Amino acid sequence: MTEEKKTYTFTTRSKVVSNKKMTFMEKIYFPAIIKGMLITFSHLFKKKTTIQYPEVKRNIAEIYRGKHVLKRDDEGRERCTACGLCALSCPAEAITMIAAERKADEMHLYREEKYAKVYEINMLRCIFCGLCEEACPKEAIFLTNEIVPSNYERENFIYGKDKLVEPMDKDKRIDISKRQTTAVLEFKKDKNQSHNN
Amino acid sequence: MDYSFIIYKFTLATVILIISLVVAMYATLIERKMAGFFQDRHGPNRAGKFGILQPLADGLKLFFKEEFMPQSADKFLYILGPSLTMLIALLTSAVIPWGSSIVIGGTEYSLQIADINIGILYVFAILSIGVYGIMIGGWASNNKYALIGAIRAASQMISYELAMGMAIITIVMMTGTLSLGEIVAQQHGFNWNVWYQPLGFFLFLVCAFAETNRAPFDLPECETELVGGYHTEYSSMKLGFYLFAEYINMFISAAMISSLYFGGYNFPFMDDLGLSHNALSLLGSLAFFVKITFFGFLFMWVRWTLPRFRYDQLMRLGWKTLIPLAIVNVIITGLVLMIKNHM
Ligand code: SF4
Ligand code: SF4
Repeated sequence: MTEEKKTYTFTTRSKVVSNKKMTFMEKIYFPAIIKGMLITFSHLFKKKTTIQYPEVKRNIAEIYRGKHVLKRDDEGRERCTACGLCALSCPAEAITMIAAERKADEMHLYREEKYAKVYEINMLRCIFCGLCEEACPKEAIFLTNEIVPSNYERENFIYGKDKLVEPMDKDKRIDISKRQTTAVLEFKKDKNQSHNN
Repeated sequence: MDYSFIIYKFTLATVILIISLVVAMYATLIERKMAGFFQDRHGPNRAGKFGILQPLADGLKLFFKEEFMPQSADKFLYILGPSLTMLIALLTSAVIPWGSSIVIGGTEYSLQIADINIGILYVFAILSIGVYGIMIGGWASNNKYALIGAIRAASQMISYELAMGMAIITIVMMTGTLSLGEIVAQQHGFNWNVWYQPLGFFLFLVCAFAETNRAPFDLPECETELVGGYHTEYSSMKLGFYLFAEYINMFISAAMISSLYFGGYNFPFMDDLGLSHNALSLLGSLAFFVKITFFGFLFMWVRWTLPRFRYDQLMRLGWKTLIPLAIVNVIITGLVLMIKNHM
């Protein structure tokens, strides 16, 4: 009985290992060395692939998951209600917050009765997965296509509300509509949902 | 021996010392630039235009780095290692003829610091001490990676020195002299040794790569296996000395190859230009530096092309290929010389 010898290929590029003896030409290494050197030499004149970062920036997709933003609603009130769901969902445990109760004279600042007095994201822990955004029931937190800039101090990577909440000014609001699916955008038109106004 | 002679030798030595240091300094930049270009990158380009201040920044950084010494290190040897490496790297430049000579006010000033009549032996003596710097440094660090690196360096240098020596013997047989100045002077015009000793040149080149511990023979450093090899435990300027010595060695090796095989300061048609002696000398020195630059480039080119040899491959290449080839070369040269003398 002869068993048929099978060669398995796991990828399209896999090669069967060959242990055949090197020929004389291969043994003296030289032809191969010259060939290799000519290849590297040709690279001297190739276009450089480097992107000169601070001066030139690579184009980022609009749905890139970068630095977070805490949204305000149309009247400029902070949407976040400090429910903690984002922190709970965060796999990197990057989010911490302290909740506070809204006072009567703060109605124009916070949308809900409870708000986040302190809201911090540690950008060094964050893996920019976007789960916080997905978890948020109030559409308060979103990731943007901005990059977290480098810094010399670790403390400076803990972003508080000063850096996360978007500006009050209507023109300076950060547009996150690109990050919302058409289904979500459709749903938002339904003004019967208290959520959406 | 008058004062002017001493002053002139002193100036020449200083100038060559400074040139070697500056060249080595900028070789680090050029190496990184070349590495970048070979890999479709730009290389350092932030410190000054084209990164021209990068070596200064690197040097400054090395000076201000923490001076760290492992507790279990042998203090004296630990410092001796890099110092010796640096010293030896600089010593060889004394016998290399950097140009023919310059005539000022009727006196002829040779552009070679010391034309000792056993120049080649001197170079070899110095080269073989070179391994001590690495060996001592690796031993004194009291670290197994450093020790393995040092052992590799020692065995590699010793094996390749043999083939290198035999490659040079053929030159000595041909020229009948041990003085480097004389050897270069004999290669007047385009009468370069490489035309008579192509195999010898090739052997010497390969051995020069091994002697300077550069890729594909950089096993003593071998980042992938040995962290940093013999200088794993070194930091600050002591590490700087090791790295710097490597570039000086490269520069000196390029100079040695150029003067032994490519005519040193000689260049084709040098007699037909009708220039004065001094102008010709300067032009010759320039030609010499062009050759050195080319070989320096070759060193970098090879480094960024070839992968590192495995240790057994390295030894096999050294003992089973290069040394037999060198012996064959010696025999052939001897036969040719004998036939020539009897005709
Ligand atoms: S993006 Fe992911 S890791 Fe970053 S804060 Fe949100 S949930 Fe945490
Ligand atoms: S950002 Fe959203 S999920 Fe996080 S605490 Fe505020 S409302 Fe809750």
